[in-house]
Amino acid sequence: MAEGGQDIQGRSLSQIAWRRLRKDKIALAGGFFIVFLIAVAFLAPLITHITGGPPNEYHPDLVDPALGPYGTFGGISWQHPMGVEPITGRDIFSRVLYGARISLLIALLATAVSVFIGTVIGITSGFFGGWVDAVLSRIMDMFLAFPVLVFALALAGVFPDKAFGLSGTPLKLTLLIFVIGFFSWPYIGRIVRGQTISLREREYVEAARSLGAKRPYLLRTEILPNLMAPILVYATLIIPTNILFEAALSFLGVGLPPPTATWGGMLSDAVVYYTLPHFMFWPGLAIFATVMAFNLFGDGLRDAFDPRSSR
Amino acid sequence: MRSTRKRAAVALIAVAALGLAAACGTSKSSDSGGGSGPKLNNTALDSVVNASDQKGGTLKMGMGGPWGDSFDPGDTYYGYSWDLGRQYWRTLVMNKVAPGKQGLELVPDIATDLGKSSDGGKTWTYTIQSGLKFEDGTPITSKDIAYGVSRTVDRAVLKQGPSYLADLLNWPASYKGPYKSPKNADISSAIETPDDTTVVFHLKQPFAEFDNIASLPITAPVPAAKDTGAKYTTHPISSGPYMWKGDVDVATGGTLVRNPNWSASTDPNRKALPDQIDVKLGLQADDLDNQIISGDEQVDIAGTGVQPAALPKVLQSKDLSARADNPVIAREWYTQILGTVKPLDNVECRKAVIYAMSPTSYQNAYGGKFAGGEIATTVLPPAIPGYKDSDVYDLKANPNGQVSKAKDALKKCGQPDGFSTTMGYRSSRDKEKKVAEAFQQSLGKVGIKVNIKPMPDDTYTAELCGKPSYDVQNNVGICVFGWGADWNTGYGYLAQIVDSRTINPEGGAPNFAVRVPEVDKMIDQLAVEPDAAKRAEISTQIDQQVMENAYIYPGIYAKAVLLRGKGLTNVFINDAYGYYDYTALGLKQ
Repeated sequence: MAEGGQDIQGRSLSQIAWRRLRKDKIALAGGFFIVFLIAVAFLAPLITHITGGPPNEYHPDLVDPALGPYGTFGGISWQHPMGVEPITGRDIFSRVLYGARISLLIALLATAVSVFIGTVIGITSGFFGGWVDAVLSRIMDMFLAFPVLVFALALAGVFPDKAFGLSGTPLKLTLLIFVIGFFSWPYIGRIVRGQTISLREREYVEAARSLGAKRPYLLRTEILPNLMAPILVYATLIIPTNILFEAALSFLGVGLPPPTATWGGMLSDAVVYYTLPHFMFWPGLAIFATVMAFNLFGDGLRDAFDPRSSR
Repeated sequence: MRSTRKRAAVALIAVAALGLAAACGTSKSSDSGGGSGPKLNNTALDSVVNASDQKGGTLKMGMGGPWGDSFDPGDTYYGYSWDLGRQYWRTLVMNKVAPGKQGLELVPDIATDLGKSSDGGKTWTYTIQSGLKFEDGTPITSKDIAYGVSRTVDRAVLKQGPSYLADLLNWPASYKGPYKSPKNADISSAIETPDDTTVVFHLKQPFAEFDNIASLPITAPVPAAKDTGAKYTTHPISSGPYMWKGDVDVATGGTLVRNPNWSASTDPNRKALPDQIDVKLGLQADDLDNQIISGDEQVDIAGTGVQPAALPKVLQSKDLSARADNPVIAREWYTQILGTVKPLDNVECRKAVIYAMSPTSYQNAYGGKFAGGEIATTVLPPAIPGYKDSDVYDLKANPNGQVSKAKDALKKCGQPDGFSTTMGYRSSRDKEKKVAEAFQQSLGKVGIKVNIKPMPDDTYTAELCGKPSYDVQNNVGICVFGWGADWNTGYGYLAQIVDSRTINPEGGAPNFAVRVPEVDKMIDQLAVEPDAAKRAEISTQIDQQVMENAYIYPGIYAKAVLLRGKGLTNVFINDAYGYYDYTALGLKQ
């Protein structure tokens, strides 16, 4: 029941969604954590300048090669708030921060790649239907059934050290982004295809078509804007999957070459030192918190955009 | 919202789990106080601990993982296998069963004396004891030794043992071993057995250290009637004080019981104290350490020392460090610098690599001075005759590397701003990865950019770092490596790793880098020089030459932290093996 004297306003979908999202404290917390993480990753050189120094600097004076870091909790101090690595004495805090840069960079760019491919193929498949849809849908099925991890391991093994005018870390980075992005697009593609099929039969699309609108116009003006919400939601939900995928590849030794700090690589280094659990704890915590934050935010976003969600 | 409450619960549980994990993470670590330095007992390094002649009991030996190769004396190349194997095989001569350096002396075993050479070192003759018997009671004759040697020629059946006798003896060109050639093939050009107690070896070229080869298990007698080829490993016929009860399995192990046909009067070397020896394989390495600490197991057969997990316990506990020994092994962990890859073809650029690298970070990569070893300054480890304590590059005085000297060397090399090269290591070896990262870190300070490349272990020497054309094409200039002696002399250690003629263009040789013509000449002298003191002198010169040419960065002289099992008697380390002498061990009754 509307109270007297209040104007009734028309609201856009995004306005409604934003009002809903604002009330979802957990999703907001996830969102804030993501913003915080991006800020921290961006400012990593500044922050580590104040604390333990660059991520690859050795501090052999801080560790006993046989017993592990001197001091309590893996050598925690004001300078090394998360302690230092066994053997090398590298600062774990700055390695976790620099690892965040790599994880976010790879996950975001890989997601961009998969969103682009997924949207183009999904919209084509849904809008044109018929044999185009049949072929593209089977291709999506094929990609979903592909043993991605095994393929990525094999590819990383046989890929030359120099290609496309790149070598070393930049080449591996590009390779990881494309491998991860190239195999997660069907998730977006299927959603976009389904939405397109339901949208293309709507009255306003029919109306535009009967007024003589051409296909490109229909796609650009009538359908794509209405796909933005599901694309945004599923992109947010793919990011954590990609972070985990990158961590898994680094853990298995086909991620970025050393000494670049990555969370998965740090976990892999820590396995040998299971008697010094702090070494495994911090990169593990970073992966856990980041993936959870993206998942919570993505869930909240979906609830906010989904008109069927009950209050 | 529908799912909100559920999600809140998940978040709560997650936070609780984090708190728990944090508690675990902190409770383990405490102030290690490494400054005071642990004191390991080290008594067994050069003396006998709990000397005793008391017989009886069951000796419990275990190993993490499966047996490395085989129980067949002709098909095994692991030091621990040669150490334990002497309980069920006898060879022509053997290393003395004695603590420390005394173990390096060779004494007759089946033979009545050391070998007699004639024909300028090309012919070696051994006389063997009469009246020896195999476990089934059949007599051991010189023909069984000749047969045992002849089967090592067939590298398709016995793939894993040393090939010295297959390579050195003057075999007929058509001879392919007893499995493929006719039974009565004439091999007298290589081995002769004029009577049951004489065996004569004919070599292609003179070889001074033939007695060392005669001490390897490839000269153990094998009865032709009982030989089952590749399956002989499941029950090798014993000539020693113990024999396998039933079959022995490379994955799970077996039991050694007394051999009734062995007579102590023919064998002054072996004490044969326990009544039985249990050999348990396939254990989990960390679990085995704990069992040895508690006393459930008594010997870790592998002899490579306690795992990183148990190391802090051993170093910090008074009880355990009193049971621990820290021997230097005849092994060095080192890195090869390849002169075939530009700009490392210039000796000054190789020197720049050596000066820039931090010796301490190399040592730390292997676990520090107790578990890893002492900082090395030469190619030869100290256990090898000919080792001389020299330090061409002042490595010991500069534990963090020498930036200014490295920069000077780079200027002389014509690369004042540094250069870029790739470094290989064996991907399953975490310590070698740490070495590569240490090189990357240290060399980065003088502008040498190192790209690290993990390589699979099984193709490391055959197709990657060890293949010259691969290195040149992929700019692989530095390779992590390690080497242990087949026997403790300059030749036994150096021949495979500094002779440039062993480098195979197709890959596979353990020498990747060292190419010095003078060194090759000296290796030839080493093979034929009859005087041991002169051989040691030549070994010193070879060492010096290789170091001055900067083809090898000496990492560390390997050490291990060994733990003496509870209730053992007669414990000592034999320098021939670098760990406890398994033939001497007995049990407190």
